Amino acid sequence: MQDRMSLIVFSGTVDKLMAASILATGAAAMEMEVDIFLTTWGLEAFRKGHYLKNTKVSKDFEEYAPIMMEQMMLKKVPSWMENLQGAKEIGNVHIYACSMTMELFGMKLEDLEPIVDDITGVATFVERAKEGRITLFV
Amino acid sequence: MPERTDLHIDKEIDARGSFCPGPLMELIRGVKSLPTNGVLAVLSSDPGSARDIPAWIQKARHEFVGAFPEQGYTRFVMRKLH
Repeated sequence: MQDRMSLIVFSGTVDKLMAASILATGAAAMEMEVDIFLTTWGLEAFRKGHYLKNTKVSKDFEEYAPIMMEQMMLKKVPSWMENLQGAKEIGNVHIYACSMTMELFGMKLEDLEPIVDDITGVATFVERAKEGRITLFV
Repeated sequence: MPERTDLHIDKEIDARGSFCPGPLMELIRGVKSLPTNGVLAVLSSDPGSARDIPAWIQKARHEFVGAFPEQGYTRFVMRKLH
């Protein structure tokens, strides 16, 4: 029975998605089961095609956005989406869309990137997180 | 700790310039296609990976042969045990 990391991704800025993706990757690499719960802006970030154009950085640090993007490109840092794809490939990672946000934003599963596995409600996610060793909110 | 290993390396992965979690991810992918008893070396210049790589090898129950410092990078050598 694998240890579980539950990761609630609320944020939709590249800096935070990057942090979330690296945490998920690290956990997957260390053979933890990873549950990712996408809600609000985190869910929006997984709308089909959105990640290709997302250059948002947290408001407090927005003046660093251009240099951050430039450095990531120069140093060939994989994007947060690439990290998540890698994590799924090498480990046990599930990505769930928050049902409430889906309703609010009028979205269906097919409107999301195929990396999203399913839609789930908060109660199910909390039950799974309760069994986990690590729960994080990004 | 010997300076080099005389073990025959079946697969070498150059992850220099790539940073955490890159080298570890490349190691994991490399191990998947390695036959049991195969010896794999990963070259990494990333300090985070310097700890992650031996930790992963131990966690995954393979043999950590050693970390051999080179010019500006480290060669991590492991043997796949299962």
